[in-house]
Amino acid sequence: MDTFDWITTAAKSAFLVIILLQVVPIMAWVERRGSALMQNRLGPNRIGPLGLFQSIADAIKFIFKEDPIPGHVEPFYYMLAPLVSVVPAFMTFGVIPFASSINLDGRVLHFQVADLNVGLLYVFSVASLGVYGIIMAGWSSNNKYTILGSLRSSSQMISYELSMGLSVIGIILVFSTLKLGDIATQQGQLMTHLGPWLLPEWLQIPKWGVFIQPLGFLVFLVAAFAETNRLPFDLPEGESEIVAGYHLEYGSMKFAMFMMAEYLNMFTASGLITTLYFGGWQLLPGFGPLLGLLQSQFGLAGMSAEWARVGFEVLSFFLKVGFFMWFFVWVRWTLPRFRYDQLMDLGWKVMFPLAMVNILLTGTFAYYGWI
Amino acid sequence: MQNSTTDKLNKGLPESYSIEHDPDDLWGDSRIIVNIGPTHPAMHGALRMVAKLNGETIEKSYCEYGYTHRAKEKLGENRTYHNFIVYTDRLNYCSALINNVVYSMSVERLLGVEVPERCVWIRMICCELARVIDHLICIGINAVDLGAFSFFLYGFHQREEAYTLIEKLSGARLTTSYTRIGGLAGDAPEGFESELKAWVAKTRKVIDEMDSLLTGNKIWKKRTVGVGVFNKEQCLKFSHSGPNARAAGIDLDLRRDQPCMFYKDVEFDVPVSQNGDVFDRYLIRIAEIRQSLNILSQIADKIKKGPIWSEDKRVRIPDKDVVYNTMEGLIHHFKFFMTGFSVPEGEAYTQFEAANGELGFYIVSKGSPRSHRMRIRGPSFWHYQSLSTMVQGEKIADMVAALGSINIIAGELDR
Repeated sequence: MDTFDWITTAAKSAFLVIILLQVVPIMAWVERRGSALMQNRLGPNRIGPLGLFQSIADAIKFIFKEDPIPGHVEPFYYMLAPLVSVVPAFMTFGVIPFASSINLDGRVLHFQVADLNVGLLYVFSVASLGVYGIIMAGWSSNNKYTILGSLRSSSQMISYELSMGLSVIGIILVFSTLKLGDIATQQGQLMTHLGPWLLPEWLQIPKWGVFIQPLGFLVFLVAAFAETNRLPFDLPEGESEIVAGYHLEYGSMKFAMFMMAEYLNMFTASGLITTLYFGGWQLLPGFGPLLGLLQSQFGLAGMSAEWARVGFEVLSFFLKVGFFMWFFVWVRWTLPRFRYDQLMDLGWKVMFPLAMVNILLTGTFAYYGWI
Repeated sequence: MQNSTTDKLNKGLPESYSIEHDPDDLWGDSRIIVNIGPTHPAMHGALRMVAKLNGETIEKSYCEYGYTHRAKEKLGENRTYHNFIVYTDRLNYCSALINNVVYSMSVERLLGVEVPERCVWIRMICCELARVIDHLICIGINAVDLGAFSFFLYGFHQREEAYTLIEKLSGARLTTSYTRIGGLAGDAPEGFESELKAWVAKTRKVIDEMDSLLTGNKIWKKRTVGVGVFNKEQCLKFSHSGPNARAAGIDLDLRRDQPCMFYKDVEFDVPVSQNGDVFDRYLIRIAEIRQSLNILSQIADKIKKGPIWSEDKRVRIPDKDVVYNTMEGLIHHFKFFMTGFSVPEGEAYTQFEAANGELGFYIVSKGSPRSHRMRIRGPSFWHYQSLSTMVQGEKIADMVAALGSINIIAGELDR
C-alpha cells in the first residue's frame, strides 16, 4: 500500500462512517414521521423544520441520561453486548460499492472501502457476528424475558441466515463471482434471454438481479427482514409478550447502541438488496439521458464528466437504498407479528425449500446457458 | 408424592418441618416460571398471570386479580343512590355511559319511576356509542398486542371523535356521570342528531377500512384462527356472556331477549359465530360495531324533542331558578343532596347487555337513602377466570392474543 491507497481508503472510510452515523437519526425521524403519516397523526413536529431536530434532541437525551448498571447483571458481558452488536453493523457496509471505479492519474479508484475477492462471504460472516451481541445481552441481563428474547433471536437469525445464504447462491451462479463490485458492474449488461427464448432488442432490460432471480430475491428479502429483527419478525423484541426482549435491562446510550445496530443492519440489508438485485450503483432509468444532457449542456469532458457520472451513480445507489429503507418502515407499520413457531415454520418449511428450488432452477438455466 | 425440589428443601429438616408437595404447585419443578404482570405491557390493567413455561408453551398457569380493588360494592352501601353514580364510571371505564345507564335503570326499577321518552332515546344513544368505543378499543388493543399498530390508531381516532360527541352531552370525555336517577344531567344540545349521523357515516367508512386492512391478512389469521378456543360448553360453564359467548355459538343478546328501553323499536341483528377463537371474537366485535352504528342512525331519525326528567318529585333535581328564588326549592335542593331520597324496601337485579357482556346491579333496599346491599356483576370477572383454561398448552404469545380478545377491563373485574 502506498500513500495514494492510504489516503483514498481513509477518505472512503470516513465518508462511509459519516453516512452510517447520519442514517440512524434520519431513519428514526423517517420512522416516526412516516408512521404518523400512515396513522393519521402528526408525529414529532416541534423541534426544527418538520421536526428534523427531534433526533438530535433524542441523541442528547440518550447521552446525558444516567447509565445505571442493575445489580443482578453480569457486568463485563452486559457492557460488552451493545458494542458487539453495533460494531459488525458498521463493518458490513465496507465491501458494498456505491459507485463505479474512476481513473485518477493512471490509478484506479474503487468506490468501496475494500474490494475483497470473498466480498459476499465477508458480509455473511460479519453480519452473523451481530447475533452474539444479542445472546450476550440476553444472558448477561439475568432476566427471564431477556433470555427468552435472546433464545428466540438466536434461533431466528441462524435459521434465516441459512435461507439468506442459499438464496444468494443463485446470484453467484449467474455472475460467477463473490466480489460485490463485479456483481454490480455485471448488472449493467442487457438481458438477451428470457429462459430459452431470445429477447428482441426493444425488450432488453438491464440484467438486474431481481429480473433474473425473482425467487431468490423474494427469499432474500424475507430473510433480510428476519435478520434485522423488524416486523413482522420482531420476535426477539416482541414488546407485548416479552416486554422488550434482549435489551430489556438496558438504558441510555447502551440502549441507543442496540437501536443504532438495528438501523445500521437495516441500512446494510438495503444496501445488499440494492447491490445484489437492483443493479447497485447502476443508474436509475432516466438518469442516463439526464447525465448526458448535463454533460453536453455544461460542456463537461474528461475528469469532470467522470466525476459527474460518479455523482449520479452515488445518487442512484442511495435512492435505491432509501427506497428499501422506506420499505422496511412501510412493512413495519402495516403487518402484525408472527408467532415464534410460525416464524420457524416459515423459515424451515417455506423459505429453505424455496431457496433450494431457486438453486436448482438457476443451475439448470446456467447449464443450458440461458442466463 | 415428592419430587427433587421438595426433597432438596426437606434435606436436613426434622420430619415435622418437611414441606408437603402440592400437586397444583407451580413452583415445585425445574421449569421456568414467568411472572406476567401486574405491570406488563400486555396486561390490560393490573392483572397478573404466573405461567410455567416449557420452551414457549404454557404448561400450567394461574391468574390473579384484585390489584385495583376499590370496594365499589361497599361504597354503594355508604353513599346515597345519587352519590354512587360517579363510582359507576370507574367500573368499565371504556364504556362508562353503559354503567351509568344500567345503574340508573336499576334504582328507577326499585323506585318505580318511569323516565320520559326523549330520556330513553338519549340513553340508548349513550349505550350504543359506548359499545362502539368499547369494541374499537378491544379489537384495536388486541391488534397492537399482535404487532398491528396502525390498525389500532385508525379506530382510536374515531373513538376520540365519539368522545367529542359524548363531551357535548355530558361535558366530560371519559368519566361521564351523565345519567341521573329519573333523568339525565343535561339535554342533548341543538343539532346533536345531525352530528351523530355524520359521525356514524364516518365511522362506517373507518370500520370498512379497518376490516379490509386486517380481516383478510394472512399473518393476522395465522395468529388468531384456532387460538384461545373456548367452546360453547366451556362458555356456559364459565358463565361467559356478550361477544365472547356469541363467538362460541351462544345466541344470547339481552337487548333482544330481554328488551328494555326502546330496543323493540329498532332493528338490529345479533351476530353469532361458532368457533369461539380469537378470530371469531374479533369478527363478532366488528359486526357488532356495524349493528350499533345502524341502531344509532335509526335513533337519530326517531328521537323527538321533549322533557328529559321524570315528573316524580322524589328523584327530580329541582331546577336552578326554583332553588335560587324560593325557600321550598332551596330546602328541597339541600335535602336532596345532603340526605338523598329514600327508596322503598325491596330488592332488584337489573341486567343489561353491556359492551363486554351481561352487566347487572343487584340492589337490596331497606327503605333508607343508602342501599342495604349492593352487588355488581361485571362481565370481565367471569371472563377472566377462564383465561388459564383458555391458554393451557398454548404459546405465550397466544396468551397475549387470548387476553386481548376477551377484553378484560381491570376496573370492572376488581370493582
